[in-house]
Amino acid sequence: MDILLAIAIMALGAVVLGAALGYASIKFKVEGDPLVDKIDAILPQTQCGQCGFPGCKPYAEAIAKGEVDINLCPPGGMEGVQRLADLLGREVKPLDAEEKPKQIAIIDENTCIGCTLCIQACPVDAIVGAAKQMHTIIAGQCTGCELCLPPCPVECIRMEAIGENIDNWKWKYPVVEIKAADAARPAIKEAA
Amino acid sequence: MLHQLFKFKGGVKPPTNKTQSVTLPIAAAPLPSRLIVPLHQSIGGTPRPVVQAGDKVRKGQLIGEADGWISAAVHAPTSGTVLAVAMQPQPHPSGLDALSVVIEPDGRDEWIDRQPFDYANATPDDTRRYLQQSGVVGLGGAVFPTHGKLTASRSVAMDELIINGAECEPYITCDDLLMRERAADIVRGIGIFRDLLQPKRVLIGIEDNKPEAAAAMRAAVAELGENFEVVSVPTRYPAGGAKQLIRVLTGKEVPAAKRSTDLGVQCFNVATAYTAWRAIAYGEPVVSRIVTVTGNVHAPRNYEALIGTPMDELLALAQPHPDTDGTVMGGPMMGFLVPTPDVPVVKATNCLIAHADRLFPPKAPEMPCIRCGACADACPHELQPFELYWHARAKNFGKTQQYHIFDCIECGCCSFVCPSRIPLVQYFRFAKSEIWAREREKNAADEAKTRFEFKQFREEREKAEKAEKLAKAAAAQAAKKAAEAAAAAADSSPAAPAEAAVDPAQAAKKAAIEAAMARAKAQREAAQPKNTDTLNPQQAEELAAIEARRQAAGLTDAAAGTAAVDATREAKTEE
Repeated sequence: MDILLAIAIMALGAVVLGAALGYASIKFKVEGDPLVDKIDAILPQTQCGQCGFPGCKPYAEAIAKGEVDINLCPPGGMEGVQRLADLLGREVKPLDAEEKPKQIAIIDENTCIGCTLCIQACPVDAIVGAAKQMHTIIAGQCTGCELCLPPCPVECIRMEAIGENIDNWKWKYPVVEIKAADAARPAIKEAA
Repeated sequence: MLHQLFKFKGGVKPPTNKTQSVTLPIAAAPLPSRLIVPLHQSIGGTPRPVVQAGDKVRKGQLIGEADGWISAAVHAPTSGTVLAVAMQPQPHPSGLDALSVVIEPDGRDEWIDRQPFDYANATPDDTRRYLQQSGVVGLGGAVFPTHGKLTASRSVAMDELIINGAECEPYITCDDLLMRERAADIVRGIGIFRDLLQPKRVLIGIEDNKPEAAAAMRAAVAELGENFEVVSVPTRYPAGGAKQLIRVLTGKEVPAAKRSTDLGVQCFNVATAYTAWRAIAYGEPVVSRIVTVTGNVHAPRNYEALIGTPMDELLALAQPHPDTDGTVMGGPMMGFLVPTPDVPVVKATNCLIAHADRLFPPKAPEMPCIRCGACADACPHELQPFELYWHARAKNFGKTQQYHIFDCIECGCCSFVCPSRIPLVQYFRFAKSEIWAREREKNAADEAKTRFEFKQFREEREKAEKAEKLAKAAAAQAAKKAAEAAAAAADSSPAAPAEAAVDPAQAAKKAAIEAAMARAKAQREAAQPKNTDTLNPQQAEELAAIEARRQAAGLTDAAAGTAAVDATREAKTEE
């Protein structure tokens, strides 16, 4: 009798917990893959396609599935690879391409014929203009993806590196100066 | 009147070195050979240049128009010719260039037509806008546009207006001299701020090492019949920090990531009040400021220098000693060595110190941190600089934010007391600018992402819209065809409509039937003979009989419309 009671209690417990778990899995269902979002947040969102995927999100999905390497994103640079490696517990690999400084596209407005091809190519709608009207790039929105370069029939778009200016200048890491031996010697004498 | 004072934690007492430069009154600096006026002289948007090379300008003429609300206008400091609007080296630790207007003075120093601002009849908003257009910014060093601080918080009552005359940093005496010599104008300027903010009381805080300035201010307050309190505060660096002075005068501690206005306190520098009054009463925009020129020089003194004066020309007036090897802008605690000696004086330049190893011996090499905690004792913001240092050094920026790195005012107390001579502030500045850069990148990436996603969404939507349009066009085409087919079928044989019934495009068929019915009805009505309106029953019967016969003979007008109607009836019965 005792055994039956024990089994009954265990069975009841299993049913209750099972129901609770089942409910929780529906109620608190996680939409989408959180890992993909985490990877996507590390990627620089230039949408340049240099990784071979049509945008950052597809590349993030491919990384999450473990189909591709984490070193295919040149705009993300080595820092991006490092962060992806940290996130995924994978090994850091050297970047598969040359790391470029940040750049933006600039349209030579005298040469532009107003064909709108670059407008269609821009993944972030950072080019304004209309058919047969001069086009120009909204510098603040340009991600420097270079996707507007190939479609231009008159080659009036060039890439320019964003140099250091007062707005984006950063304080440097304080470096401990290593001085020549003869300069250091008197100091030691003084201390002594 | 005795005023209860409070204490802020930490702080240091470096040698003040102020006496050298207060012996002589303020002198007007002579016109320099050229003026380089940077457009971006205040926090906020970069003013847009409104002059170009070759333009003649007069003193006080607008040369840079404020860009946005948090931005202040820039004016020509003297009359002359604009040589260029170009990138010029800036008094900035980076040594980078920024857009500046270069003016060659014509020597006449000719003002624009100065009109006093009709303050009595102006709304507070007009006054704020006028101050913005006059380029009035915080001259204590942070150069925040003043008009942006002159709106009282809606939710919190304005308790105290604090006027900062503490001038706590060593060597600097520009505010001291200004208060001694031009106290009345300062007090009148404070009156403007009081009118705009409507505080319960006004406190003027002056460090107790400036008794002459405090006396002059007291006299001016009494003379003008104001009820401002001039309070001497103990000399202790950094008592002139806004949050520290608020603490000392009111006992209120401004919490992290909050503004003093949230506690009903607002703080302005004395020189700011002075320039505000000059702008309002005399129509003079901010084109000059008092600069202390001191350090390794023969004749330290305060000069009223035009904005844009090359620093080397101003420094030369005080006759620097031959061993001078650089110029520090600001004080020895928070200032920095300017990258080249000829960078211009800007609105933030309160002091120039001729640098020499004799005065400022080079720092001994950095030693390891021994965790003595002296920096934590000295920190006026009650931070833990040694912890911040570990994390900043390890580039562990998340941790530095946990230790409230953004509350650090970079006053330099921690570096000053550090027995290991660690340049702590440099580490904090490095960490802060790294965090800002990351934030910028993150925001840019997020924006790019939303724009990319929107573009994709738009393309999808356009595709869908196009498909819908095509489908509609196809449907219309099909309807037309069906109608034609139906008409043709009705012409040839009444059985044909059966085919129309099985037409796959149900909608098209229905539309066709509808249209055909309408047409038939219209035709029938048009064909109705007028003489059948008033009939007696006998005639009606006769007509009906005739109609019946005609129907039987298949002579129903031979009109397609009527045939179609019959056809539809049949189709319907089949359905």
